[in-house]
Parts: sequence; structure tokens; C-alpha cells
Amino acid sequence: MTAAIRILRRPRAGGFPVGRWSLRLASVAVCLALWHLLATRHVSLGIVTFANVPPPEEVVRAALGLISSPKLWAHVSSSLTRVFAGFVAAALVGVGLGLLIGRSRRAEDTLLPPLELLRPIPAVAWIPLAILMFPSSELSMIFITFTGALFPILLNTIHGVEGVDPRLIASARSLGGTRRAIFTDVIIPAAAPSIVTGLAIGMGTCWFCLVTAEMISGQFGIGYYTWESYTLQNYADIVVGMLAIGLFGMGSSALIKGAGRLLMPWHQPQRRNS
Amino acid sequence: MSHTRQGRISIEHLGIRLGSGDQAFEALQDVSFEVEPGEFVCLLGPSGCGKSTLLGALAGHLQTSAGSVAVDGQAIRAPHPERGLVFQHHTLFAWKRVLDNVAFGLKMKGVPRAERLRRARELLATVGLSGFEDRYPSQLSGGMQQRVEIARVLINQPRVLLMDEPFGALDAQTRLMMQELLLDIWARIGTTVLFITHDIDEALFLADRILVMSPRPGRIIEELRLDFPRPRQVGLTTTPRFGELKRHILALLRHGDAPAAVEELPRLSPLGGHPARVRFAY
Repeated sequence: MTAAIRILRRPRAGGFPVGRWSLRLASVAVCLALWHLLATRHVSLGIVTFANVPPPEEVVRAALGLISSPKLWAHVSSSLTRVFAGFVAAALVGVGLGLLIGRSRRAEDTLLPPLELLRPIPAVAWIPLAILMFPSSELSMIFITFTGALFPILLNTIHGVEGVDPRLIASARSLGGTRRAIFTDVIIPAAAPSIVTGLAIGMGTCWFCLVTAEMISGQFGIGYYTWESYTLQNYADIVVGMLAIGLFGMGSSALIKGAGRLLMPWHQPQRRNS
Repeated sequence: MSHTRQGRISIEHLGIRLGSGDQAFEALQDVSFEVEPGEFVCLLGPSGCGKSTLLGALAGHLQTSAGSVAVDGQAIRAPHPERGLVFQHHTLFAWKRVLDNVAFGLKMKGVPRAERLRRARELLATVGLSGFEDRYPSQLSGGMQQRVEIARVLINQPRVLLMDEPFGALDAQTRLMMQELLLDIWARIGTTVLFITHDIDEALFLADRILVMSPRPGRIIEELRLDFPRPRQVGLTTTPRFGELKRHILALLRHGDAPAAVEELPRLSPLGGHPARVRFAY
């Protein structure tokens, strides 16, 4: 009788879709070509002009300069440390508060209003207070990356917890589930996909705030390098810094998503077929 | 079996109000009946008549506003694994493999892992799902998911099995197979079953006794004892006696409360009104 029952099996997500990857690479290549054309021809479109934009070749040369520079490792490692520290702190606070706020109306009423008040404040506005509040500029910078990552993580966690199907909780209670077990075995795993989304977005916003954070820095950091290049008017270096932040941000978000997939083998996001 | 002497359901003058303020309404009014230990009773009634609400009160998820609900003389105050609840759409934990889903109740009781997995494996064999232990629920068909759901409830050896239209979302063929499977399991474990349905054929095929409910506010308007011999087979549904009873129930449901019966009421859930609006204390 089991033979009569059809088993829904999704196609495996593995394999290497050559067609899609070549399309992705081609898209990046076209953007580069367009940039090259606009910059070398000094195209001016009225409201936007590319006359002073460094062309890709110059940026590549600047990038090679940075890569061969002895300061590279110091820049990269101090930025990675700051982003990582800010992100971990934001993940702990965001997921913790999110679980609490999502489950308890009282926690929502007491904790959420002040947080909502702080949420729209941009990272750059925090700089003076961050300097005043923390003993070292290192901690001030970590705090600013923290503010960037906190809210996406917090809000996605709340959303995930509030979205848990009440029938699942009722079932768990009917099966003898204790308060604690319902939290660890039902609510957290049910909210996990949403939490991972929040972490991936938070990782991105962490990098987003890096330049702001490292304005405080005296010496090192990719954000500092970008900011310093601006004050020194090394435009090609600015673009190198921007691209480095983009690459690191994209890479670390992808790491989070990958870790999420490994930890949640049951969760298969809806994929389009074509 | 030890269960057969346990699992008496006693409901006396039960009334339940749902919603709050202007939205409040009487879902059930003055409902009284008993279910004998080991008996298979179907509650049959139109959509929204409060039969799922009644099940929710028995499961311990809903507060009563009048009367009493008890199992084996003990008033119901909260959910308990001795009263297993099966929903229309499965409530399996998507993040647990089938085996761990079934073993969940034993995990809550503190049974060691090896022992609880062994018993879960046995129960999966009982519901015909050997070989699917390591699947995730999303990798199973609807009928198989519902079998896992039933196995998960049965592992607690409940005194009463409360089923809220458990096969209502399945296609006709799967439903028939599940009905036979349920009767087969019930014959072996002899637990009390209170089965909600709006499908007359299903009620006639499964039950020892059918309680027919009126539209909202739900009341019991008729009680039918079925003496079809067991084990029952699909052939039963085409016998003249079956058809006769079916016509009788159809007439009852049609003339129950003429004006109210016409309008289709939204489905209620064992958790109260619309499932999405329910919020728990924890």
C-alpha cells in the first residue's frame, strides 16, 4: 500500500548550473565595460558626470598597490575584527531580545518602543556619543558596526517568533511539551529561517557602517583607508576601498546563508525553476 | 488491554463563548454526552457548528464558560499527553526527522534516547511507514504526514484520541485508506476515539455512535447507534442500511435549524476562532 503513495522529492540543489553562472559573470563584465567607457570618454550626462571618475584600469592599479602594500593585512584584519565583534554582539543581543519580545507581550511593550526610537538613527549620528561613551576608539567603532547589525537581526527574529504556527505550540503542549522544551524544540527552530535571514542582512549592514565606524580610527581598516583616500583625494583608492567592502560584505553574508543551509537541512527556500 | 477501562469522556451542560467584546459569540450551548471507554464516537455537524471548539475544550486548549468537561472523572484544565489531539492539517515539526517527531512525547517524559527511538520505530511500522524514519515531514505526502501525526500522538498511549477532521484535506482514495488504517489501529489499542467530521460517509463507516450537531450555537440534535459488524470494509458503504442512515442524517442536517443552516459559517479551530489570532500565554 505504500507503493501507491507518491513521495514528493525536490530536485537536489547541488550541481553547478553553468548557464546561470556564465550569465552572472557576463552581467558583471558588462558593468565593468560600461564603467570603462563612461570613465575613459569622460561622459557627462548633465546631472551626472563621469569626467572625474577613475577608470577600471586605474582602480586595478590602485588595488594592486594596496595588495602589495605591507599595510594590507593590518587594514583587512582590523576591519574584520571590528565587523566580527560588532556582528557577534548584535547577534547575541538581537536574537536574545527578539525571542523575548516575540514571545511576551509585556517585553514587547517595555522593550520595543525605545528600540524603535533608536532604530532610525543613522550610524554617522552615533559617532560623537560613541566616542564619549566608550573608553577606546576600538570599542566605539565596534559599537557603531553593532548599531548597524542590531536592528535587522532583532526585527527578523521578532517576525520569525511571531510567525510560529500556534497549532505547533498547541500540539507540543498536548504531547507533554514543557515550557522550556517548547521554546528550544519548537519556537527557536520554527523561527530559525527568519533569524538566519536577519543575520545575513545584519552582516551586510555591519559592513555598510564600516566606513562610518572607521572615521574614528587613527590608522587602519578598509573603511579608514577609503576615508583617508577621500581626504587625500586619491579617487582610485576610494573605489578600491568601496569594492573591497562590497566584496567582504557579500562574502560574509554568503557565509551566513551557507551556514544556515547546513544547520537547517529541512528548510528549502522556494526556488524558481527558470 | 489496560486502556479499555480508561478513557471515559463526560461532558455536562457545556457552553463555550469565543471572541471578546462585540465579537463574542456562543460557539457551544448546553452540550451533554458521555463516551464509554474504548468507544469510537463521531461528532457530525455543519462547518462552524462548534464541534472543533468542543474538541479544543477536551484537549485543554480552550476555557469553558459553562458546564463541565472531564475524562475519567477528572476535570480538564490544561493540555495533557493522555488526551492526544490530531488536527486537520498536520502539525509535525518540520525541523525534526519523522522518527524524532514521533519520539517527541517520550522525550518530554524523559525516556532515554535509544529506548524512545526504538518505540517510535515500532509505531511507524504500525502505521505502515517503515523506511521513512529519516525523512523530513516535507518529504512525505499528505496521507503519510497524517500517519506520522497519528503515530506521534499514539506514542503517549493516550486514554482518548481527539481527531479534528484528520482526513478532511486528503484525496478520496487516501482518505479511505486512512480510515481503514485508523480502524485497524483502534481495534488493536482500544483507546477511546472522538472523531470530528462533516463527512456523513466517514462518520457512518467509522463510528460506534454518531452525535449529530446543529449549526451554531452547537447542540446535539440526534444520537445514532451503529451496529455494523466489525472489522468493517469499504463494501459497507454500498449496503442499503448504510444508504438509509445516510439519507436520515442528510435530512436531519438540512432541517436542523432552517435559517441558520443556509449561511455557511467560517470553520472554527480547536484553538478558538481563526487559528492565526490565537496567542498563548507562553
